[in-house]
Amino acid sequence: MSIRRILTIVLRQLYLIRGSFSRVMPLFAWVAIDMLLWGFLTKYLNTVAPPGFNFVPALLGAVLFWDFFIRIMQGVTMAFFEDVWSRNFLNMFASPLRVSEYVVGLIVSSILTSMIGLLVMFVIAAVVFNLSFLIYGLMALPFLLILFLFGIAIGILGCALVMRFGPSAEWFIWPIPALISPFVGVLYPISTLPQWMRVISRCLPPSYVFESLRAFVAGSAVSPAALLVSGCLAGGYICLAYWVFSRVHQHALRNGLIARYSAESVS
Amino acid sequence: MSNILSVSSLRKTYGDVIAVDGISFDVKSNEIVGLLGPNGAGKTTTINMILGVLQPDTGSIAIEGIDLASRRSEAVERTNFAAVYAPLPGNLTVLENLRIFGRLYEVRDLSKRIDDLVKQFGLIDFRNKKYGVLSSGEQTRVSLVKALLNRPDLLLLDEPTASLDPATAKDIRATIRQIARQGKNGVLWTSHNMYEVEAVCDRVLFLSHGKVLLEGDPKTLPQEHGKKTLEELFITVAREPLTLEVS
Repeated sequence: MSIRRILTIVLRQLYLIRGSFSRVMPLFAWVAIDMLLWGFLTKYLNTVAPPGFNFVPALLGAVLFWDFFIRIMQGVTMAFFEDVWSRNFLNMFASPLRVSEYVVGLIVSSILTSMIGLLVMFVIAAVVFNLSFLIYGLMALPFLLILFLFGIAIGILGCALVMRFGPSAEWFIWPIPALISPFVGVLYPISTLPQWMRVISRCLPPSYVFESLRAFVAGSAVSPAALLVSGCLAGGYICLAYWVFSRVHQHALRNGLIARYSAESVS
Repeated sequence: MSNILSVSSLRKTYGDVIAVDGISFDVKSNEIVGLLGPNGAGKTTTINMILGVLQPDTGSIAIEGIDLASRRSEAVERTNFAAVYAPLPGNLTVLENLRIFGRLYEVRDLSKRIDDLVKQFGLIDFRNKKYGVLSSGEQTRVSLVKALLNRPDLLLLDEPTASLDPATAKDIRATIRQIARQGKNGVLWTSHNMYEVEAVCDRVLFLSHGKVLLEGDPKTLPQEHGKKTLEELFITVAREPLTLEVS
């Protein structure tokens, strides 16, 4: 694997962001709006709810973590979409670039762009709503790591879908976080869900993160085993997503989809 | 002369359609080979397979003896291409594009290489312009610079002068000829401009319905088949390939 080629994917993304206001804004605008919306809502809930429970670390913190997952996922897919939009697959994949290098390049691009969003969320949460991230202590690390891994997995899977079904399949990708969120209990305990939804929840790593986060904020013990299961699940999803992407790439090589990608062939 | 490209029994089908039907050919060192044929003859499919972006059903491709199927990245390092249907990203500047592709091909001393080629192809004033706003002729020249960045041993050019004015096209042909004579470079060139093919190519392959129908020197091939010009021969290949198969 060539580090230089991996960093070239990142450099391309930096060139694009540097030269485009419309690419810079989404890095922090939506997370900032989310922070403000949920921040004020939690403040309001604190005034109407019985004293003793602070909604800010439970709800606003959960939204912060969830937005981090979305940023990571979209960081991967956005970097990939740049090649879709500029019809650049032929140039990229006719070069010595390996699929693994390309995917790692997308991931590194996502890490860099997501960090900007995360930083903005930290600042707004701390300055406007007095939520210090330090409140979560070291627990924040496994929470972030699991959401990062799952975000990468879903991002790669999204890229595979778009490569397989053509540029218009982009619309499958944007709603994915919204489809997942009811199952993972970002804002409510999993016990609220009906049984069939709980079964799905157990298969999704973020469920364990948000259950643990609520337990931590409530002063209860956090289960290391649950986080371990969650981490393993997230790792498994990454392997699965990469396998799917490789298969789709192989399929695209066989049917000529890379060379004539804009044709949107699903044959 | 050693083989830079060896294509053996290459076949590609799309469902019931046979795009390439068991073709075999070589490109030797310092040789420019023209791949000719009517639309749908299988030229671009062949080039895509050599680029490693299309998997053949059967057959093999070796670039400088390196098997493309098993050592793709290593084989592709030795090639590059320019094609009218593969524009560079229009939202990056000329320099950004060249830096990106130069790094993907791991070109040494990239800045100097870019400077030299940009000067050679008269693109100095366009370095910081977005590729997408350039005229089609300027875009073609940038694509050619990109194709030459890594000093490819095998250069694949799919209608490289299609968007160029005659004067620029002549200069580009001279440049490519000069490049082909250096080192061990070989060039595979497709064009519908028979005048150009005759001026540039050392050897031509006529494809029809995915098969190599004729092969030879573009200067003597028409007479060998009772035609006055290469263009006349091309038209016969396109309209009445069976008459040539019999002859």
